[in-house]
Amino acid sequence: MRGHRKHLPTSKDISGCAISGIMNEAGERFSGDMIIGSIATMHDRSNGLGGGFAAYGIYPDYKDHYAIHIMYDELADRQSTERLIARYCLLYEDESIPNRPSPVIRMRPFLHRYFVQVRPELLRRHSDLTEDDVIVDMVMEINTKIKGSFVFSSGKNMGVFKGVGYPEDIGEFYRLDEYQGYLWTSHGRFPTNTSGWWGGAHPFSILDWSVVHNGEISSYGINKRYLDNFGYDCSLFTDTEVIAYLFDLLVRKHHLPFEAACMAMAPPFWSQIEHLEPRRAELARTMRTVYAGALLNGPFSVLVGYSGGMVGFNDRTKLRPMVAARQGDMLLVASEETAIREVCPQVDRIWHAVGGVPIIGQLKDPAKVLGQPEAARLARMTRSLAPGAAAA
Amino acid sequence: MSRNKTIDARGVYYKQLNETIHAAVAEGYHHLVLQGALGQRYIGVGLGPEVRITINGVPGNDLAAFMDGATIIVNDNVQDGICNTMNRGKVVVRGDAGDIISYGMRGGRLYIAGDVGYRTGIHMKSFRDQKPVVVIGGTAQDYLGEYMAGGMLVVLNLQDSPRPAGDFLGTGMHGGKIYLRGRVPPHQLGREVGTAELGDQDWEELRAVLDDFFAETRLEDPGLARDQFTLLYPKSLRPYGNLYAY
Repeated sequence: MRGHRKHLPTSKDISGCAISGIMNEAGERFSGDMIIGSIATMHDRSNGLGGGFAAYGIYPDYKDHYAIHIMYDELADRQSTERLIARYCLLYEDESIPNRPSPVIRMRPFLHRYFVQVRPELLRRHSDLTEDDVIVDMVMEINTKIKGSFVFSSGKNMGVFKGVGYPEDIGEFYRLDEYQGYLWTSHGRFPTNTSGWWGGAHPFSILDWSVVHNGEISSYGINKRYLDNFGYDCSLFTDTEVIAYLFDLLVRKHHLPFEAACMAMAPPFWSQIEHLEPRRAELARTMRTVYAGALLNGPFSVLVGYSGGMVGFNDRTKLRPMVAARQGDMLLVASEETAIREVCPQVDRIWHAVGGVPIIGQLKDPAKVLGQPEAARLARMTRSLAPGAAAA
Repeated sequence: MSRNKTIDARGVYYKQLNETIHAAVAEGYHHLVLQGALGQRYIGVGLGPEVRITINGVPGNDLAAFMDGATIIVNDNVQDGICNTMNRGKVVVRGDAGDIISYGMRGGRLYIAGDVGYRTGIHMKSFRDQKPVVVIGGTAQDYLGEYMAGGMLVVLNLQDSPRPAGDFLGTGMHGGKIYLRGRVPPHQLGREVGTAELGDQDWEELRAVLDDFFAETRLEDPGLARDQFTLLYPKSLRPYGNLYAY
């Protein structure tokens, strides 16, 4: 029996799944009950081999700290990992991730979380090195070097909770009803090519980025080699990991607006581009040329969360379902309409996504919700998102 | 004399709900009303012509799959894959529908009052007197009639959207007809599709379907006329006949 152990697959993962995301754009926080209720309606889109959640705004008392969630195969793995963390970070608090015993969650790794800040002396070595870069280096080092340790969450004021089980059971296990967040995403997994293991559940997350994903990226090899050029080590062999790194590259590092990033990943076909209006056609041609290696092929629907909001988008021929709704300040996006109507029976508007066209939810006043320093960090991370910049 | 029965579907797992429906039909209840349906799959699977089901709420994927003659009225939206491989019967939806509806449908009728998603009518087919008919009151997204092999697809665009249907219309189509209210620029068409004006026989056949559609959906006919429609037809009945021939 080794179902709780770290198990990096040797080939990429293909899955057909359920996704759901709920956000309050005014930053009002609500409990995890709502997202659990939503994803539970799509029980039969998963098969019990993976469920997970990303929650934003849940650690307001530690909002200036990185919350590092780690799975340990054995308690012995903790020591070497904590020595490694201490090389990068100052530790403020650590504890077991609270859970309630569940009859259906039979095997699990040790689950621990740390609230840390990057050692200031590390930042002084290079003038252009940011805290985020240091955290990425640390996460990559733990996940690739320490055999029994896996970092599955590394953002600020957010956390990923995932494991092997149906998503509603995983949500109960992690006591998500006791957390309050302004943005929740969730995933029910139906792995078809690789075995289910705790770290292989979605969301996949790096820094504040979290990705839940239904489908398959058949361009995985091209995207992996492309990301390799920019120092991203795709160690998990999941197509979901590729999407998270592409968002980090295109938005955080290259400062593309989300609309443009999504266009790079799911652009119109060449035959369609020539019939777009001229400015949009020029943009599409440019994106396809510059970001050819970022093009995602294959059937997928994806929900990306970050501290400022969420982005839902489909492959350009929409081979996976996605429905969205708005109700007041709430934006709800899911694989099925019923996952929305279950938790929000009355909606102002409900619509089916269009292939390649992102559905974007954003905090209206990030400074109010995140505080001034974190709002500034978000602004740096998503620099081009100024009003008007996104219009293309 | 058929008997009525109301079934509370709230929170009932799809398997149990379908067993309840089939047990009620076996007991002779032929008019069923489902209250509070939400996401339960496969409602109406295999049911015969004596059955009529009214659904309040949003039923799950594959509604009326393999259905064999029953009538289903949905007073709300529906999701993906409804009328999958349906054989006979009628489904009327008062709201919108998701993707791949009427997938492989081979008989009966599907009327949607609102809009539909991607790949409507993919692989629809007809055989002898079996001829599936799908009418969409609103608009359709990309790949309408993809690989269509038979039957009739109708898009009415009753809200007069500038774009009644999406791109790649009729890609791989090799049988059946699509009647579209409005004109489609050639670049939106799949390469296997030709366009024409409606002949007398076309209009007669379409008019009869429209009368039934407006009666069943209780929508108002805005005075649809023959010259508002475009007929889309397959240029070849075997477009890929030589694909694997060496």
